[in-house]
Amino acid sequence: MDLEEIERSISTPSEQSNQTQCPKANANGISDDASAPLRAFAGALTLSRMPHVASSQCRQEGLVRTHLLLGNEALARGALDAGVSAAYAYPGTPSTEITEYVLRSPEAAHGDVVARWTANEKTALEAAIGASYAGRRAMASMKHVGLNVAADPFINSAIAGANGGLIINVADDPSMHSSQNEQDSRVYLDLALMPCVEPADQQEAYDAPAHALDLSERHRVPVLIRLTTRLSHSRGTITTGPTRPPNPFSLPEDPKRFILLPALARQSYARLVEQQANFVGESDASPFNRFIEGADRSLGIVACGIAYGYLLDVVGDSFPHPILKIGQYPVPERLVSELMNACERVLVLEEGFPYVEAKLRGVPARVSPTVHGRLSGHLPRTGELTPEAVADALGRRRSPTIAASSAPIPRPPALCPGCPHADTCAALTEALGARPSGGVVFSDIGCYTLGALPPYDAIDTCIEMGASITMAKGAAAAGLRPAVALIGDSTFAHSGLAGLLDCVRENANVTVVIVDNLAIAMTGGQASSAEGRIESLCAGLGVDRTHVRTIEPHPRNLADNVAVLREEIAYVGPSVVVARRECIQTARRRARSGQSEEAGDR
Amino acid sequence: MNRNVILAGVGGQGLLALAGVIGEAARALGLHVRQAEVHGMAQRGGVVQSHLRYSDRPLHSNLVRMGTAQLVLALEPMEALRYLPYLSPIGAVVSNAEPLVNVSGYPPVRDVLGEIERHPTHRLVDAAALAKKAGAIQAANMVMLGAGSPFLDLSEAALIEAIASFFADKAPSVIDTNVQAFRLGAAAAPPS
Repeated sequence: MDLEEIERSISTPSEQSNQTQCPKANANGISDDASAPLRAFAGALTLSRMPHVASSQCRQEGLVRTHLLLGNEALARGALDAGVSAAYAYPGTPSTEITEYVLRSPEAAHGDVVARWTANEKTALEAAIGASYAGRRAMASMKHVGLNVAADPFINSAIAGANGGLIINVADDPSMHSSQNEQDSRVYLDLALMPCVEPADQQEAYDAPAHALDLSERHRVPVLIRLTTRLSHSRGTITTGPTRPPNPFSLPEDPKRFILLPALARQSYARLVEQQANFVGESDASPFNRFIEGADRSLGIVACGIAYGYLLDVVGDSFPHPILKIGQYPVPERLVSELMNACERVLVLEEGFPYVEAKLRGVPARVSPTVHGRLSGHLPRTGELTPEAVADALGRRRSPTIAASSAPIPRPPALCPGCPHADTCAALTEALGARPSGGVVFSDIGCYTLGALPPYDAIDTCIEMGASITMAKGAAAAGLRPAVALIGDSTFAHSGLAGLLDCVRENANVTVVIVDNLAIAMTGGQASSAEGRIESLCAGLGVDRTHVRTIEPHPRNLADNVAVLREEIAYVGPSVVVARRECIQTARRRARSGQSEEAGDR
Repeated sequence: MNRNVILAGVGGQGLLALAGVIGEAARALGLHVRQAEVHGMAQRGGVVQSHLRYSDRPLHSNLVRMGTAQLVLALEPMEALRYLPYLSPIGAVVSNAEPLVNVSGYPPVRDVLGEIERHPTHRLVDAAALAKKAGAIQAANMVMLGAGSPFLDLSEAALIEAIASFFADKAPSVIDTNVQAFRLGAAAAPPS
């Protein structure tokens, strides 16, 4: 990079950012700065606020202008630069790197931001709501199914509102790369009546928090930021913008808003419903939503989030049709009407559910213009969007390819060699003997879910976080003998405790095997909230202390472990076996730290 | 310039570090970069791949379109074959020759290597042997970076600088080992 370019990047931003970072609001609180280019956030850097990635680059260039960041990291950087004071999360792919980045940041090291892994997504969001109540800018981050866990505070916080800016960052996982479903978090917007920003690329992921926090503070409402796997886990070059200080501590001017007693909640809910028109106005004026003219109106395109990038990749610079890029919800009604009125046919490109397509079609599907998308079959109904799917929907020819090879066979993920879960699975399978085909081992979400695969074939169910204990209890009450739950240490802390309390109260004939590898291993080895207190938690919930047993899952202990499991399975009443040995990955990392670490998995 | 690269391997082989070094080299040269990664469950010994794109013009998609990759760079030979549909018909396949057999039913190794060798532009490298020679078996990914470097359109100096930058928080000997691994990979039997 030449010096002129550096100087340009420093000298231009202040005037631009004055326009765009604090859009002028009219009497309705709606920005009248519809055309402000989002990229105007680009600008000078404050070196003292540089992210951890920069050290070597600083040496190299003397100054840093661009960063190569994951969408998740760009969002985290943007939130820190936008003055977030609190970041709470439960790890979950593909959302984990948002909070990892905040935890590694200088801001966290200096105590400028409180960043914590919490017991689950609900406690994360509630803590963020509390920080917002106290006037701070706050965020909670989670994967899409985590929003189900946090749905109660999510929906009700929209009614209570925000004091300091509050954003909820949710990463959806279409194609289920690391998830049990591909639900689309935008559907929650219709329940919560909350605005949402959906970045199209890494730069917008960086820009989104400042914009969403401003939106949140203007309207005193939490704002969802929706990402999907391909943005969360893709790096892109971004330019950071100016930073701003955190909010001071300040309690809400109208604290009654946060008391959702029916009489008060009715007022708050009525206000939220009234605000919807303002939210739509914000969307119509948002720099995240753009109408791009095109002369050929036989077709119009709606491209949401990263679908806009796929569209540009496929059609290049010259595209004859009008495009509506959507990156902020509720759906921008003026812009959508403009497109719908102008075009004979509208193709909706969106990642996840046919959310916008369904709204545009109406019920029953409207006659004109014809709306195409995932519902009409012009794009696949399931799975993540790809540039190929977009090209096909536009009738563009694909590039020629060479024939696929028939040699590759599937290579599913597997437990690591030496994983303690493998030893627990082996001991459990031996202790149970031949299982009936209906199954007796109810399991949960974590690395140990891989125990469902050969050669283990050790578990029979995996539905959602915490379901193992309660499903086993329900099946036991329905007549299943034996009924075993297999759950990880962190999942137990996340949502197993209440189920075990149910077991105690009902004296359920359930054996709960808690595989404690001293880490949230699947997401990179974060500390579990239950670390060091699993046995005391179980006893505290009322499990008979003599039936809270601890084993070390290791090949050398197989016979002893099988014996302990058999005893507890035979016991009539709730029992717990804690199978504790550290995750082989975190143990290896710990052993290596301080020693030379070569290229390897990072 | 505009490069589309598919990086392929198995969880734990250091594919993200390989992607990170190339991406950093391109970023430091002032290019636009997009790099899709696989995190999470698949990293447990499963299939991992990275779509890596860099260009002097703005990029919009995180994913490489099928038939447009100039290079499939693989840390494992069967994984190289998995991504052939992404390769441009005139693209190159550069792969580690040593299979990682962690599944039953792995096809005969001779067939896998033979299929790579039938590709018009290919390079097979014994990454483990060269990594050991460089001083650490874990540096096999940097051997493959060297082996793929003729097809990356990035200078050797930029790639070596990126290795130093990527491993900047490690001991200096780690950087030396990885740079040496890169050089050995670059000097291995030339592509055919």
